[in-house]
Amino acid sequence: MKANTESILEVRDLVKHFPLTQGIVVKRQIGAIKAVDGVSFDLHRGETLGIVGESGCGKSTLAKLLMALERPTSGSVRVHGRDITTARGAELKRMRRNIQMVMQDPYTSLNPRMTVGDIVGEPFEIHSDVVPKGGRRRRVQELLEVVGLNPDHINRYPHQFSGGQRQRIGIARGLALQPEIIICDEPVSALDVSIQAQVMNLLERLQNEFDLAYIFIAHDLSVVRHISDRVAVMYLGKIVELGSDAEIYDSPTHPYTQALLSAVPVPDPEGRETRQRIILQGDPPSPANPPSGCHFRTRCWKAQDICAEQTPALEARPGSGHPSACHFAEARDVVNAQ
Amino acid sequence: MTEVLSEQVGRGSHSGALLEVDDLHVEFRTRAGVAKAVNGVTYSVDAGETLAVLGESGSGKSVTAQTIMGILDMPPGKITGGEIRFRGVDLLKLPEDQRRRVRGEGISMVFQDALSALNPVFPVGWQIAEMFRMHRGTSRAEAKKKAVELMDRVRIPAAKDRVNDFPHQFSGGMRQRIMIAMAIALDPEILIADEPTTALDVTVQAQIMGLLAELQRDSNMGLILITHDLGVVADVADKIAVMYGGRIVENAPVHDLYKNPAHPYSKGLLESIPRVDHKGQELYAIKGLPPNLLEMPTGCAFHPRCPYRRDNCVTDVPPLYTISGTRGSACHYWREVIDEGEH
Repeated sequence: MKANTESILEVRDLVKHFPLTQGIVVKRQIGAIKAVDGVSFDLHRGETLGIVGESGCGKSTLAKLLMALERPTSGSVRVHGRDITTARGAELKRMRRNIQMVMQDPYTSLNPRMTVGDIVGEPFEIHSDVVPKGGRRRRVQELLEVVGLNPDHINRYPHQFSGGQRQRIGIARGLALQPEIIICDEPVSALDVSIQAQVMNLLERLQNEFDLAYIFIAHDLSVVRHISDRVAVMYLGKIVELGSDAEIYDSPTHPYTQALLSAVPVPDPEGRETRQRIILQGDPPSPANPPSGCHFRTRCWKAQDICAEQTPALEARPGSGHPSACHFAEARDVVNAQ
Repeated sequence: MTEVLSEQVGRGSHSGALLEVDDLHVEFRTRAGVAKAVNGVTYSVDAGETLAVLGESGSGKSVTAQTIMGILDMPPGKITGGEIRFRGVDLLKLPEDQRRRVRGEGISMVFQDALSALNPVFPVGWQIAEMFRMHRGTSRAEAKKKAVELMDRVRIPAAKDRVNDFPHQFSGGMRQRIMIAMAIALDPEILIADEPTTALDVTVQAQIMGLLAELQRDSNMGLILITHDLGVVADVADKIAVMYGGRIVENAPVHDLYKNPAHPYSKGLLESIPRVDHKGQELYAIKGLPPNLLEMPTGCAFHPRCPYRRDNCVTDVPPLYTISGTRGSACHYWREVIDEGEH
């Protein structure tokens, strides 16, 4: 996993609010779900940025914004300096070729009536200049081979494959247009443990082979640590901490990151009686009505008056090298603390 | 437990464990053929003990639980052999009306997906109270009062105000608490939790597992935790049964299994999980796919994926070899697997 510093994706102050309306004939906006609420980060060529957070924190909406499947309320997503959020028509189509996606559920993201050859070859129909018509079948077979499927199975249907194999089909489809960026939205969470490892190894091999950059969205912190070079932790639409995998996992400074990490069960029974746990109370607040100031303050044990008044910026804090959105950021190793 | 039940299910009059599953066989007769889901499963759990049943999808762990509860769909399911003894009485031979008393009062269950396990058209309080009305004949008002108490016990905030809310008005973690409230309503002696936290976020998972542990401590229940999550198992289990292809391939006290697994499948699983506490190199991946229950491999079901395979693994089904009093492994070469882990 090598990463150089050339940014191929720059996200700045990205905001997506979904309006909440009332009334049937005359619709009035009564509020907004703040799904993504000011997110900024860079993605470098060949690196993996992991995005972790609980359900409802906006990670999947973020993925849709990056793919230009949703238009943001404000902010920009620049791919090689060009803004995908304002692109239209032919330009958007050309830009999308560079960003592809692997979906979470391999059972519903493949059309059951299409053969594997049609599914993996569909991108070539849409972007017909990539591979000439005569060469497409051979190209699809090459792709199947790259992801570890038997190229002779090109005429089979999705139901003839297991979950792990279906996820490989989804990955082959993502690779078809030779993108530089692949967004993986929970790519292994629907798979069994023994199959999860196979798919993660495949993703890593493909990254090295094709110099791909991944945005790897997952709720499983162990999986994210394994595959990521850098990690962003999201809570209620905001990134609360961003750093290298070692910075986030070994010296997290944001209380939410610390709570999240300490809640992950470690697969080793030694010392379980003395392991310290930060157990958060309650559920995350609704993104329609987030708390003032710091969104996490309602569940935070460090919260003071300033947390309700001032929204903490995502910036480097004294005593730690990576940005954290907490007024009282303080490094603490919670994973290895016994 | 009521008087009637204790007469039938002789309290304290037997010497074995509280619940014993003995050589259970379950198959499903489908149009495509006979799927052998459970092929001779034996395990036991005692009061206050936590048994974790670990396995991937299709390993038969949930079917075994459904058979214990007596909620298996028959047909297509069919129990073709074995016994399930609760306090020494074989549940499979009990008539349905007595079986029904055991369910809820003796053994109860928490399901994975609380949203589909709860009835969407009744208030949650009504559904919890139903346990008392049906099993105890409690009056409506009294049952509702008990429902509120239970909701308090599983720490649902403002239980009194929320007793008339419907399942969709609760978050995932709160719904799972309601499921737990229903399961513990009649003070069961055994609680089966089938993937109780799989659908939940990690911070909520920690809350729910903490709640289950606390309830178990308070009432000395036996807990059967069915899961695929090796982290959750390491946290709470006393002993583990690893299932593969409808059989138990290894059983062991929790510390032994994690320190030194005795079956190639358990060993492979432990090596294939990414860790949150350190960053590893490439993950070990068990090659191949889990077995198709319609066409089970001959001999040991794990042999097509096993790095220790020899010729006799293809032909001879390994029995569950005894390693010590509390450990067993269904591998012909368990000595080799254990020795390799020791250096």
